[in-house]
Amino acid sequence: MELTVGPNQFFWSAERWESFYSDLTQSTVDRVVIGELVCSKRLPFYQDRIPEAVSRLLDAGKEVTLTTLALVTLKRELKLTAELADMGVMVEINDLTALAYIPNGCAFSVGPLVNVYNESTVNWLASRGARRICLPPELPVESVKVLAQAAKDKGVAIEVWGHGRLPLAISGRCYHARLNGRSKDNCQFACEDDPDGLDVVTSDGVPIMAMNGVQTLSDSYACTDHQIDLLRDAGVSALRLSPQADGFLELCDLYRRRVDGVLAQGELGQAMRDKHPDIRLSDGFLTGRCGAEWSGTSDQPSKAP
Amino acid sequence: MVMEIVCPAGTPAALRAAVKAGAHTIYCGFNDETNARNFPGLNFDRTEMRSGISFAHEHGAKVLVAINTFPRAGSESIWHHAVADAETCGADAVILADLGLLDHTARNHPGLRRHLSVQAAAANADVINFYAETFGVRRVVLPRVLSVHEISAINAETDVETEVFVFGGLCVMAEGRCSLSSYATGLSPNMNGVCSPASHVEYEEDDGALDARLGGYLIHRVERNAPAPYPTLCKGCFSAGGKTGHLFEDPVSLNAERLIPQLQKAGVTALKIEGRQRSKSYVAQVVRNFRAAVDALDAGRPLPQGMLARLSEGQAMTTGAYKKTWR
Amino acid sequence: MSVPQTQIPQCPVALATALRFVPLVPLSLSLTAFSRRIAKAHPDMFRRLGKHNRALFVLDPTDLPVVLLLKPNNGLPTITVSRQHGDGTARISGPLAALLGLVHGAFDGDALFFSRDLVIQGDTAAALALRNAIDDAELDLAHEVTIVSGPLARSLEQVIAFAERRTGLCLTRPEDSLSW
Repeated sequence: MELTVGPNQFFWSAERWESFYSDLTQSTVDRVVIGELVCSKRLPFYQDRIPEAVSRLLDAGKEVTLTTLALVTLKRELKLTAELADMGVMVEINDLTALAYIPNGCAFSVGPLVNVYNESTVNWLASRGARRICLPPELPVESVKVLAQAAKDKGVAIEVWGHGRLPLAISGRCYHARLNGRSKDNCQFACEDDPDGLDVVTSDGVPIMAMNGVQTLSDSYACTDHQIDLLRDAGVSALRLSPQADGFLELCDLYRRRVDGVLAQGELGQAMRDKHPDIRLSDGFLTGRCGAEWSGTSDQPSKAP
Repeated sequence: MVMEIVCPAGTPAALRAAVKAGAHTIYCGFNDETNARNFPGLNFDRTEMRSGISFAHEHGAKVLVAINTFPRAGSESIWHHAVADAETCGADAVILADLGLLDHTARNHPGLRRHLSVQAAAANADVINFYAETFGVRRVVLPRVLSVHEISAINAETDVETEVFVFGGLCVMAEGRCSLSSYATGLSPNMNGVCSPASHVEYEEDDGALDARLGGYLIHRVERNAPAPYPTLCKGCFSAGGKTGHLFEDPVSLNAERLIPQLQKAGVTALKIEGRQRSKSYVAQVVRNFRAAVDALDAGRPLPQGMLARLSEGQAMTTGAYKKTWR
Repeated sequence: MSVPQTQIPQCPVALATALRFVPLVPLSLSLTAFSRRIAKAHPDMFRRLGKHNRALFVLDPTDLPVVLLLKPNNGLPTITVSRQHGDGTARISGPLAALLGLVHGAFDGDALFFSRDLVIQGDTAAALALRNAIDDAELDLAHEVTIVSGPLARSLEQVIAFAERRTGLCLTRPEDSLSW
């Protein structure tokens, strides 16, 4: 099973951004999706460092894909999206707008923010040129199985959200700006203070979500420790790991060891708990009753099947 | 040209009430997971759909059938049957969101008019034209994230008719791209046609204060006699960064009544009212108001003053994203 | 934005007082018989309830000293009047006028709920299904009563109209004629 690093969802300083991608050249991942997913206003701060980061990753033997924005509305965002198609690197579409610019039959990837829920959609995307699809995180494992089979018949690789805060919603409104009493146009980049998103808790103190500018994420970090074997058997070819500010290289390494069978089921979750005792894990979208659920009730690693 | 009033109907009785109150067009859905308002006790079986459409046609109104959830892998035939049945029942158009279902409908039901649901969140002219060229989409329901200015710019660049929401519940998030509900309850608009479903809602009245929970999460608590919004996740009262309040959206509902003249200038074809889950009394009152407004506009008279606040969630209203400062 | 208030009328004190003393068993029996008549005339209402057809609804007119326990019972409904608090699948509480207005389609359930004139407890989905089923059925309780009363219908209609005017309670279905 391969590992793909998804696009960074947060607003990091250009220095942090650069060192993150420089570190990834040393990692054991197979593929890196790079670029701005959430907010076009962030892009000017690190845009000029993207080409260098791309070539270093390519030199290190990684596949590199460029992401589109998740929600394209403004004129300059349309232009940006059209330009991506001409960059000579595979594009991952996270807003269908990009299809207006990618010539029919030209290869592309589909990101988790495009609604791919059924075989007809997989077939249509494949006929249009899709070579790889990362499924929406809310899909249950039963759907993943059906779609992996359909994709296999069309020569399309299927990827599943493997780790990280789940992208739950995207909006025209910026919540970081709203929280600070500002409008989106005058946001003063409030989201920069929260490199992993800002925790949102209920009035009785229960964590529920995280805000990240115009995006809303889950409070918990998705973790597929308990589903990796199930997903592999279903024909899923890659897991997507979503960047986080601390300990990401180590996290990639843990997943590599888990998919290679060095770590048994449960050991990955346990290691995660040891390293980050304050974060909550979830895998409910795949196998639970709701997205927030976590099936690793015991702290003891269980035996590999 | 009078702007078209597109009105919701959750039941045959609401459809008849809407037609009688002056709706030009009614939208409704089958009583299963194929439509985005799959609520207990709502919607139409096949017989009701056929007679509802006949009733509307006899009174000169149109009926659009919403089949706007995303078909479940392995069970797509449920959605395919819904499209075929809508055509047989005489629907004037189907409202679709899913790429695969659009493709299926364009190939197998070429004569059936196709509208793009708000659940597809098509928010710019290029993607709208893409849907038109690829699947023959004739009308798009615009997501509630756009300003009037942006709507105007879209209409300048597309021949596809645009329909915009003017009244009712307000999604803060881009529609069809939100899984907050399934994160907390396991049921989502995209997969199950429900958001913050009643089956996962618990109310607790405690000494006059009312706690509303969704999937066990406390969404808000209101004091005695204060208005009580429905516990929708994006309109909850939460804390972040040391601040507490309605961090995403206040419990308000959309009322763009006053913006109708601007929306007409922006090239909008149809005005959509949200609320297939609301009663026929609500539907009739709202339709009467909006029909009076578009008729006044067409005749060059000033708009009548609206009296719709009591029908609204939390009894407060907003013009939403249509005014750019909302963002 | 200002909020226009629709006043929900208070139930007459005489009715509340009477209900403190009348024997409830005959009242329950006649209400059950009445509800079966309605069930026969509106079978669709029970289909709309779907899986909530076997639920037990507690209807609590907060200005009366009694509650109604309604079992749809898949088309063979029963209604029991009780002076106890009553437990059920779902509880819908509000002034009698709000409950009657809801049945007759004069008020919108969501609006009554947002304004807190109506309170829902227990299984919210069941309460919602009942609300939607009743909204579609286009019931007219007064009309149903006069059908039962045969030759007395005409004078009973006059009594109901008088009572409506005097109390402000919504006892009949408002006209919904074509407005266009």
